[in-house]
Amino acid sequence: MWFAVTLFCVVTISFFMMRSVRGGPFDGERTLDPAIERNIEARYHLDWPLPKQYFQYVGPFNLDEHRAEIFGGDGSKVFGGVTMLEFGPSFKYKDFTVDQIISQSLPISALLGMVAMMWALALGVSAGIASALKRGSRLDLAMRLAATGGIALPNFVIAGFLIIFFVFMIPLLPVAGWGSVKYMLLPGFALGAPYAAYIARLTRTGMLEVLSQDHIRTAHAKGLAPKTVIMRHALKGGLLPVVSYLGPAIAGVLTGSLVIEKIFKIPGLGTHFINSALNRDYTLAMGVTILFTVLIYSMNTIVDLAYTMLDPRIDLEEM
Amino acid sequence: MAPFLLLAGLFVGALYLASSARLEPADYTFNNSTEVATLDPARVTGVPEGRIIKALFEGLVVKHPRTLKPMPGMAESWSVSEDLLTYTFYIRKDAKWTNGEPVTAHDFVYSWKRFLKAQTAAEYAYQLWYVQGAEAYTKENDENGEPLNSFDTVGIKANGDYILKVKLKSPTPFFMDLMAFYPMFPVNKTNIEEAMARWPDNNEWEMQWLRPENLVTNGPFTVEYRRVNDRIRLKKNPDYWDADNVAMNTIDALTIEQAGTALNTYLTGSTHMIPSVLPNLIPKLMPREDFEPVAYLGTYFYRVNTTKPPFDDVRVRKALAITVNRKDIVEKITKAGQVPAYGLVPPGMAGYVPAEFAALDPTAAKIKARELLAEAGYGSGGKPFPVMEVHYNTSEAHRDIAEVVAQTWRDQLGIDAKLQNQEWKVYLDTQNNLGFDVSRSAWIGDYPDPNTFLDMFVTGGENNKTGWGNAEYDRLITASASEADPTARLAILKDAEAILMDEMPIIPIYFYVTQNMVAPRLGGFYGNIQDEHFPKFLYWMNDEELAAKRADQPGAWEIVDDVGPSEGLYAPAWTGPVPSPSNN
Repeated sequence: MWFAVTLFCVVTISFFMMRSVRGGPFDGERTLDPAIERNIEARYHLDWPLPKQYFQYVGPFNLDEHRAEIFGGDGSKVFGGVTMLEFGPSFKYKDFTVDQIISQSLPISALLGMVAMMWALALGVSAGIASALKRGSRLDLAMRLAATGGIALPNFVIAGFLIIFFVFMIPLLPVAGWGSVKYMLLPGFALGAPYAAYIARLTRTGMLEVLSQDHIRTAHAKGLAPKTVIMRHALKGGLLPVVSYLGPAIAGVLTGSLVIEKIFKIPGLGTHFINSALNRDYTLAMGVTILFTVLIYSMNTIVDLAYTMLDPRIDLEEM
Repeated sequence: MAPFLLLAGLFVGALYLASSARLEPADYTFNNSTEVATLDPARVTGVPEGRIIKALFEGLVVKHPRTLKPMPGMAESWSVSEDLLTYTFYIRKDAKWTNGEPVTAHDFVYSWKRFLKAQTAAEYAYQLWYVQGAEAYTKENDENGEPLNSFDTVGIKANGDYILKVKLKSPTPFFMDLMAFYPMFPVNKTNIEEAMARWPDNNEWEMQWLRPENLVTNGPFTVEYRRVNDRIRLKKNPDYWDADNVAMNTIDALTIEQAGTALNTYLTGSTHMIPSVLPNLIPKLMPREDFEPVAYLGTYFYRVNTTKPPFDDVRVRKALAITVNRKDIVEKITKAGQVPAYGLVPPGMAGYVPAEFAALDPTAAKIKARELLAEAGYGSGGKPFPVMEVHYNTSEAHRDIAEVVAQTWRDQLGIDAKLQNQEWKVYLDTQNNLGFDVSRSAWIGDYPDPNTFLDMFVTGGENNKTGWGNAEYDRLITASASEADPTARLAILKDAEAILMDEMPIIPIYFYVTQNMVAPRLGGFYGNIQDEHFPKFLYWMNDEELAAKRADQPGAWEIVDDVGPSEGLYAPAWTGPVPSPSNN
């Protein structure tokens, strides 16, 4: 299975790349006493040769022969490592394992991503339909301009404007943090805006194509209300490109929320993605990288599958 | 439509989950700047960690919020022997751990043994090496990492349950400061041992005993809730010995890293204290009543690589040092009232007269520096000065300063000075390996004593990082440690600083100031030289007290919104409108 090969390459390459970067997780402004430093390194096996560290990390076998005597306990736990979905303790946040950090922050990023996708779909699809129906009108022009803006403006600029308008000028929403729904609206919008713009374009093109087809003319001809024609018949075909775009879009909002998470202070995965690399938190950086690999890979696979279902001309075997 | 329904369903479910995890706003919310490394007092070193640990645990003494004088904590009282070597602490009998056990002298023996043991890997272990036998206990280990010496050789003894005797190597005038320093706070033995028994795996129990549901503490607050990279919610500990004098019922410590985001939360009233602000906003913030920088125990300086020509020549180092226009830097770049530094030790150390080098105006500095360079064989008629680099870690503030410094060297001395910035960890690596010409550095003192700055530069010291060494300097630092007379001791340290300023392995630039923005209504929070704020003293002023406070402050200050409860929030035991958390 290609998935396993991809994952193996990602794990291996990022492990050795991470280790080859200068500076270690426990370097700080104050240099440590050698006796203390040795013990910190021993605790995280950083004193081992790199290949041994790698095999320990990948698992499933525990290579620490002194495990029981040095660290106490009976050494009974011999399985571990990435193959057992154990990503180890975080080097920086010493009170948490990487698994715990991910399980706390992934749902938050996922929720943020979902709010973003809701915004993107709601705005994008309605703008796209409106644009297509009033093709060439001022409304169409305005929508297309907005869409171009949404794609061109980086989300942190949008975030800045949102904060100025909805927090400081009209104090409606909280400026940062995570909790109830009102905390999600601004970051969700900022994150979803580029996708909304893209979806609007796809919807417009799709709708225009469908609207010119024979079966729509037939539907009109048989006297159906314009609303019914659009909702029942046109939308079905017109939204196909949007559906196929959902996979990459979802992967995009999930993995692309780093900046938004920083600006709005959202305790999601994106922040860890940056900070773990800066902190040389080897295990956390690896954990997040592996997770992102899995997410992107599976989203792409889902899209491929969706294509075959939506369009019978595409054969799964050929891909 | 199926994908939409699915999405909508997930959305509703997720919203439900999110809303159930909502917390009521805390009485007091502050930005702690970053996620703490751990809650274990023995294994932390950072300021953010200190803020949390001071809320959860309590050491022998706490510090007065305004004067920083030691006040009774776990020790009801203490005495020092005539020769200043033996400290006797009398532990209060009404102090309890949150598991109901009394706090005893044995807790301190246990905690400090754990703290000193190299296997615990306490980065701050050296802070307790002033105690007899402590350094050897940490440093001398067998091949399995077990200490070679018995803990009996260390001068920490429990004399019954409530008397703790500590014997020092030599008189240490700042020892009481250390006793209020968070790495020295006690931990509960049962807490750790139960976790070890339940989760034998080392990595597992190390985390488990610190979980909010397992952690046993003795301080004014307990952990109610913790989410990584979000917040630590603290709750008042009703069993704390001094609970009647604790006002806040709940405290939120947030982990906002972006200075802009932190300021936004402060300006919208969702945080009440932020410890730093955006440097470019400082001129706008300076007139506000809630931004009042005060001198802070820290020095911003450049290290010079004394192992690399031409910087091995003291004349070159001096020429570079005297030309830096410190006044320009503090007035045009840092702008928060930082003080130009002509020495290493910041002002505000009681009784210490710093050994500063003479400040010269730019023209005089230029002439003097050119003379020095010519003597060293550079400049007109001599060798050309090699291209040099000013090394700093990536940050706008550091870059701005480096630019000014390099510009001055180019203009005044004709030296081709370039900038070199590196990401934090790479920068540290470069510094450790002396891979720089001149490198931006800073040091924040752990206690108000010149020693914390000066002992950094002994020959081969771990934090020296300049390659510089001077036998006389080393001798003075050692001599100061055994000098019993405080005045004589400070005089020795001054001589040491004078050597440092004569040899210039470092170029001092400025002394820090604090940059807290504090809600005007927040009481018990005073600017002080260590930026030390024990959360047990915090409270909210009522309107009356706030008005009285404002009447006292300079009229030119801009009044800002007074967030917080208008009726105030005072501790149960406080009767008057203005409480006095002082007995020293």
